[in-house]
Amino acid sequence: MSAITAEQVAHLANLARIDLSPEEITNLTLDLGQIVDSVAKVQEVATSDVPATSHPMPLTNVFREDVVVPSLSVEQALSGAPARAGDKFRVPAILDEE
Amino acid sequence: MAKPELMDYDKALELFEPVLGFEVHVELNTKTKMFCGCANEFGSGANTNTCPTCLGLPGGLPQVNHKAIESSIRLGLALGCEIAEHSRFARKNYFYPDTAKNFQTSQYDDPICHDGSLTIELESGRLVTVEIERAHMEDDAGKLTHMGGSTGRIQGADYSLVDYNRGGVPLVEIVTQMIEGAEHDAPEIGRTYVAGIREIAKALGVSNARMEEGNVRCDANVSLRPRGSKVLGTRTETKNVNSLRSVERAVRYEIQRQAAVLHAGGTITQETRHWHEDTGITSAGRPKSDADDYRYFPEPDLVPMAPSREWVEELRLTLPEPPAARRKRLQADWGFANLEFQDVVNSDLMDAVEATVAAGASAQSARKWWTGEIARLANAAGVAADSLVQPAQLAALIALVEAGTLTDRLARQVLEGVIAGEGTPAEVVASRGLAVVSDDGALIAAIDEALSKQPDVLAKIRDGKLQAAGAVIGAVMKAMRGQADAARVRELVLERAGTAESGSVE
Ligand SMILES: [Zn+2]
Repeated sequence: MSAITAEQVAHLANLARIDLSPEEITNLTLDLGQIVDSVAKVQEVATSDVPATSHPMPLTNVFREDVVVPSLSVEQALSGAPARAGDKFRVPAILDEE
Repeated sequence: MAKPELMDYDKALELFEPVLGFEVHVELNTKTKMFCGCANEFGSGANTNTCPTCLGLPGGLPQVNHKAIESSIRLGLALGCEIAEHSRFARKNYFYPDTAKNFQTSQYDDPICHDGSLTIELESGRLVTVEIERAHMEDDAGKLTHMGGSTGRIQGADYSLVDYNRGGVPLVEIVTQMIEGAEHDAPEIGRTYVAGIREIAKALGVSNARMEEGNVRCDANVSLRPRGSKVLGTRTETKNVNSLRSVERAVRYEIQRQAAVLHAGGTITQETRHWHEDTGITSAGRPKSDADDYRYFPEPDLVPMAPSREWVEELRLTLPEPPAARRKRLQADWGFANLEFQDVVNSDLMDAVEATVAAGASAQSARKWWTGEIARLANAAGVAADSLVQPAQLAALIALVEAGTLTDRLARQVLEGVIAGEGTPAEVVASRGLAVVSDDGALIAAIDEALSKQPDVLAKIRDGKLQAAGAVIGAVMKAMRGQADAARVRELVLERAGTAESGSVE
C-alpha cells in the first residue's frame, strides 16, 4: 500500500498552483499511489550496486561555446505576454513579501 | 514599521556568541547567458536579450555555456575547492514573476565545487579561515520594478514590471560553513570575507565584480547562542546586502537586534530579512513556509558534467597569484607604510600604481599622483580614477617632473591636458608651452628688472635679511607665468643681489 495521502496531493497541488476539486484529489491520490507502488517494485530489484540514475543516456559534457546569437526582438518577446507596459512585461503586484 | 529595540553591541557579545554564514553570488562576465546564446549585457533596452530558452517558452532547450563552467571551476580552485568528478544541474521550483521558467536552474546534491576555504586577515592582524561548503552554478532572475503604491517598494505596489535581460545570466553561489568563534570581529569578518571573494573574482577576470552593479551580492546568516549553551540559535538570513560596508552594518545590526529580542524573553523567527541601506536596519520578510518546498530534481534537459582531471589541472595553471599574497608582495616591493598602502587598496588603485611603476615611475610618485591629483579630478568628475589616464602616460609625466622639465604645478596642468585628450604629456608640454624656463639668461633678466623696481628689498637682502627675497622671487615667478623652478630663482636672486650663499636652504 502506498504512503501517498490526500493531504500530500493537496499540498503538491498548492505548490504547483493547480486548483483541484476534492474529487480530483481523491482520484489523483489513488493514481499517484499506484505509480509510487510500481516504482517501489523496481526498487526491490535494484540492489545496492545499481547507482541511482537521473539521465538514461551515458552522455556527459555537452557544452555550447560562449558565442552570442541573435535574440528575439522585443516585440516577439512580448507577443505572448498577458500584459505589457512599454517594453516590459506587466505582472500583478506580489503582496506577500515586503 | 516600528524601530526594534537594539542591545548595546558589547553587552550583546557578553551574553551571546554570534554564529555566521554567508552566501555570496558572483555574476560571471561571460559573453552569453548560462544556457542560451543571448548576450550577457544590460543597458541596451528592456527585454532585448531574450529567447525561448531564457523566457521559458515551449521549445526552448538549454545548452551549457562552456566558458561559464570554466569560470566556475577556476573560481572554485582559487577558493581551494575540490572540483566534482560528477556534477549536474537541478530544477529549483517556485513561482515568482522574475523567473519566467517557474524554476531556477541550479545545483542541488552535486555542486561543481565543494570543500574549500578562504583565509582572511582582519585589521588587527587576526587571521580567520572561512570554510567553504560549496560553490555551485545557477542562473540569475530577471529584474522586477514595483510600480504604484507610495514608496515604490513591494508593499502597496499596484503592479510590477519585468525585464528579463538578466534572466539566465550565469551565477556562482559560494556557501560558507557555519563560522564560529567570530566574537567581536563578526561584522568585520563579514565585510572582509566578501571583499576577499570579490577580489579573487576580479583577479581571475571571471566577473566584473562591481558590488554597486550587483555583480557580487551577499546574503548574511546570523544566529546567537547564549554563552555556555551548546545549542545553536535560530538564524535569520538577511538578503541582498550589496556593499561591503552594508555587510558589516547588517551583521552588527542583527546581533544587536536578536540579542535584544532574546534577552527580553522573545524568540527569533527563522525568516529572510531585508536590509535597508538608507535607515541601516533590517526588516522581517517572509517566514520559512510551504513555499520553500522547492522540490529539487535533476534537470532532465541537461546531461551531467564530468570535468576531466586534465582540464581541471590545466585550469589550475591559469590561476593568478592570490590577491592577499600579491598585496603583501607589492607593499614590500614599493616600501609603502601601512596607511599609504591601505589608501591605494581602498581607492582600488593597486593595478594602476603597479602598471605605472612597471612603466618606469617610482612607487611613491605613482602613489602620490593616483591617490592625490588624479583621485581628486576623478572624484569631481564622478568617474573611476583609473579611467582618467593611462599608467604609461602618468609615468611619462612623472619622468618630466623628475627631469626638471615640469614643476608639480605645471605637471598638474599637463595632466589636465592629457585627460582632455590633447595627447601625450610631451605633446601637451609642447602645445601649451608649459616647460619650466631653465634658461638662466631669461631668469636673470627678470630678476634684475624686479630688483631694480624694488630697491628697498635689494637693500634688505644685502643687509642679510634673506627672507625679504621672497617678494622678488614672487615677482619673477609671476613674470615667468609660473614656469620656473622657484629654488633656482632664489639662488639666482641671491647671486644677483651679491649675497650668494653656499648650500641654500629653504
Ligand atoms: Zn536567451
